[in-house]
Amino acid sequence: MSTQPSNRYVDTTPWVDDVDISALERADMDAPAWLLTWRKFRRHRIALISAIFLGICYLILPVAGFIAPYTPNERSADYLYAPPQGMHLWHEGEFVGPFVYPITAEADLSSFQWTYTTDTTTPAPLEFFCKGEEYRLFGLIASDTHLFCAPASASVFLWGSDRLGRDVFSRILYGAQLSLTVGLIGITVSFVLGITFGAIAGYFGGKTDWIINRVIEILRSLPELPLWLALSAAVPSNWGPVAVFFIISIILGLLDWPGLARAVRSKFLSLREEEYVKAAEMMGAKPARVIRRHLLPNFMSHLIASATLSIPAMILGETALSFLGLGLRAPAVSWGVMLNDAQNLASIEIYWWTAIPMLPIIVVVLAFNFLGDGLRASLDPYKG
Amino acid sequence: MTPLLEIDTLTIGFGAAPPVVDGVSFSVMPGKTLALVGESGSGKTLTCRSVLRILPEAAQLRSGSVHFAGTAAPVNLLGLSEREMRRIRGDRISMIFQEPMRSLSPLHRLGNQVAEVLRLHRDMGRAEAKRTVLEKFERVGFADPERAWRSYPFEMSGGMRQRAMIAMAMVAKPELLIADEPTTALDVTTQAQVLGLINTLRSETGMAVILVTHDLGVVANMADDVVVMNKGRVVESGSAAEVLSAPAHGYTAKLFAAAPMIPEVAKPSRALPHDDVILDLKNVTKTFTMRAGGWRKPTLVTACRDVNLQVSRGKTLAVVGESGSGKTTCARVALGAERPDPGGEVLFYADTGDAPLPVHGMSAAERSRFQRQAQMVFQDPYSSLSPRMRVQDALTEPMEIHGIGTRADRRDKAAEMLRWVGLNPDMMARFPHAFSGGQRQRLSIARALTLDPKLLICDEPTSALDVSVQDQILNLLEEIRDRAALSYLFISHDLAVVARIADEVAVMRAGVIVEQAPPRTLFYNPQHPYTKALIAAQPEPDINRPIDLELVARGAGAPTGWPEMFRFDGITAPMLREIEPGHLVRCHA
Repeated sequence: MSTQPSNRYVDTTPWVDDVDISALERADMDAPAWLLTWRKFRRHRIALISAIFLGICYLILPVAGFIAPYTPNERSADYLYAPPQGMHLWHEGEFVGPFVYPITAEADLSSFQWTYTTDTTTPAPLEFFCKGEEYRLFGLIASDTHLFCAPASASVFLWGSDRLGRDVFSRILYGAQLSLTVGLIGITVSFVLGITFGAIAGYFGGKTDWIINRVIEILRSLPELPLWLALSAAVPSNWGPVAVFFIISIILGLLDWPGLARAVRSKFLSLREEEYVKAAEMMGAKPARVIRRHLLPNFMSHLIASATLSIPAMILGETALSFLGLGLRAPAVSWGVMLNDAQNLASIEIYWWTAIPMLPIIVVVLAFNFLGDGLRASLDPYKG
Repeated sequence: MTPLLEIDTLTIGFGAAPPVVDGVSFSVMPGKTLALVGESGSGKTLTCRSVLRILPEAAQLRSGSVHFAGTAAPVNLLGLSEREMRRIRGDRISMIFQEPMRSLSPLHRLGNQVAEVLRLHRDMGRAEAKRTVLEKFERVGFADPERAWRSYPFEMSGGMRQRAMIAMAMVAKPELLIADEPTTALDVTTQAQVLGLINTLRSETGMAVILVTHDLGVVANMADDVVVMNKGRVVESGSAAEVLSAPAHGYTAKLFAAAPMIPEVAKPSRALPHDDVILDLKNVTKTFTMRAGGWRKPTLVTACRDVNLQVSRGKTLAVVGESGSGKTTCARVALGAERPDPGGEVLFYADTGDAPLPVHGMSAAERSRFQRQAQMVFQDPYSSLSPRMRVQDALTEPMEIHGIGTRADRRDKAAEMLRWVGLNPDMMARFPHAFSGGQRQRLSIARALTLDPKLLICDEPTSALDVSVQDQILNLLEEIRDRAALSYLFISHDLAVVARIADEVAVMRAGVIVEQAPPRTLFYNPQHPYTKALIAAQPEPDINRPIDLELVARGAGAPTGWPEMFRFDGITAPMLREIEPGHLVRCHA
């Protein structure tokens, strides 16, 4: 330091004009965009946990039959409306391994209810990798080995049984297969439609944009629930459960695309103003190339986030339709179909466990929302 | 005399990284202007924001103190409670921000926004507050203060908004005004007027000013004292006269060398011959239809009118004008992105003696060839490269579109172009967001060069860059022009930048060319009042050449206010007359 007269100060630390014009300014940003997004996403703890949870849920789907002790429509006539049974490890201070206490049903003829008495003297240890009813792994391989099942003398209804004596826990696992995939199929349909129409509207503008926008507005002004009802009422009742399932997902997708198309359109409009898009156009790139190489990669991530946020709406839509009896029908099992059985207020009051399928719906919908939020927040890796 | 504000060894950092402001100390005397000079990333904005304690949340104040004396007892601003701090902000210390477009709330009328300061700090009645604000509005140059009180920010131009910001900062009569690049976003003539206004207000009220800027020209016109910062450290400080007349630190000297200046010209240059043109704009007029909304008829807006320009082969034609003068529209018409109104045409001569190619009436094959030969360099280096494409993909894309060469050929060409622009070909696998603004501008120049164009249209390629980087980019553009025998159409708002690179300059105002000549002729003998204003408004890093505000005001006003000889109104502009060979001026005979 050298302070000269009249407050002049000149830094005397050696200074060289060493501007290396090839040096990276932001070495921390030297990574592909997806890696930058991941680094940010990692810091959203709830979103990360939700992602892991959903990942596990979807991994379980193809092997649900193995994990469930019963098959979905397996009836135990002796155990109608059985309450949830606890799984225990210790019996009278002694370790026995996982076991249940057997229960026996008795009709209460004064209140016309089934009352169950638990026999806490004889623990019935669970069997593992046991033979049970036949199911198909991945929907293809026939198998009858279950992860665990009740010994011959007892039953294992972890979350109780319903009015036909079917295991609620097993049915929730099977129901997930339909309830969780309905969202994926629906979102695929809505994605394809939304991107196509949104991109056309956003890129070409003018009349095309006007027409597509009006169509979107008309579709959005239709009351959703009656429309669903009308469309699903039009599904012939002699169709099999799988066909109904596909048709329901497609209906959900058909009604969901306008929201996505709008998101795509507005993103397109803002991206079109970016100079790299103008540069590509001025270099002679055709519209298809501009959309494919410049626009899509830059907003695909935003789309994935908004799709994640609209999957819950699909799941809830399926549940609502099935709950009203207009979606999937027995013998298909979905969470909505299960709740359909719990429509009666009186039965919920007495047999509260028939409403348990609400739990997975709530948890999965929340998880999707957290995940979508986290994705959206981490999509702009250049900020902050 | 005790200083009004004393910053002592202030250190600010983010996270675990080394500090971005490192041991900065300086003091501001009452009634004086201190200029804080530095380039982006030098820490000057963080330093002045720490005075008001409006740092970003992640920033940590690691050490130091900020003592503010003023009329009350001296306090350490960094030790005050949030409540005490609120009493100081806007009342005793106020701030003007860089971006006038974003620093006013679009939902509130200007009057209410400005009067809020008085309601917060002065406990004033409605009527009295309004009177005070109207006085201030008149003081900062609103012709009709009542109207300004009622208007919303979006009804105003950038310069007017900045005046409103100044009124807001001044209305409580602060002891210290912090102006963070108050004129960077403004046109040069508006900048001169706003700087003049800040100067007058300061001498009237006796407040002190901290002026943050990257422009040594602004410093020379405004400051009593200068603090030069580089990479978070003060490298030089002292009185403006001393620092500017004899910069002692290498970095200050470098900033000085890079500052664009309008040269002193001893004699005009000869007329530029137009016998071998590459691009010829003939009678180009472009009218846009603005939808008025509701049931009203759409209005027509003429962006540019009767533009005749010739770009000579191997030369640079610069179009200079403020925002809204129609210069960018001209460039877009020239590239074929907009179609001129009937009667106008643009002709492209690919090679000397070739038949002219009408840019707006080409077949698909001709268009594809034209797109190869005419390329554009954009203004904003941050948005001109796609964040999802690696440098290599961005550079090879033009060749891919036109189907030139094999994959390996394209790669080699891209590497060669990177070397041309001074970058290392190792960069090809990286993504653009790791690079600085200057590096990205080099990348987009390299991309434009990959097709071996003949004509390059540069749309303000340096206006988003720091002065020293701007200097490098201009050097690079000159070097490339000579190396590849390119012709440039160079759009800019800055006469000093143009002075370096152009062979001919066309000055635009209100959609028409008002004066056209080779730069030396233009600076030697400017005729049009607007050109004179542009030249006079250019802040020079020379303390003995202050801006002549009167000259600026005369030329920068509306065309209706120009001297009789040049005056015009609406579409009745006079002819462009050749007053000497190669020197055209729009004036009445």
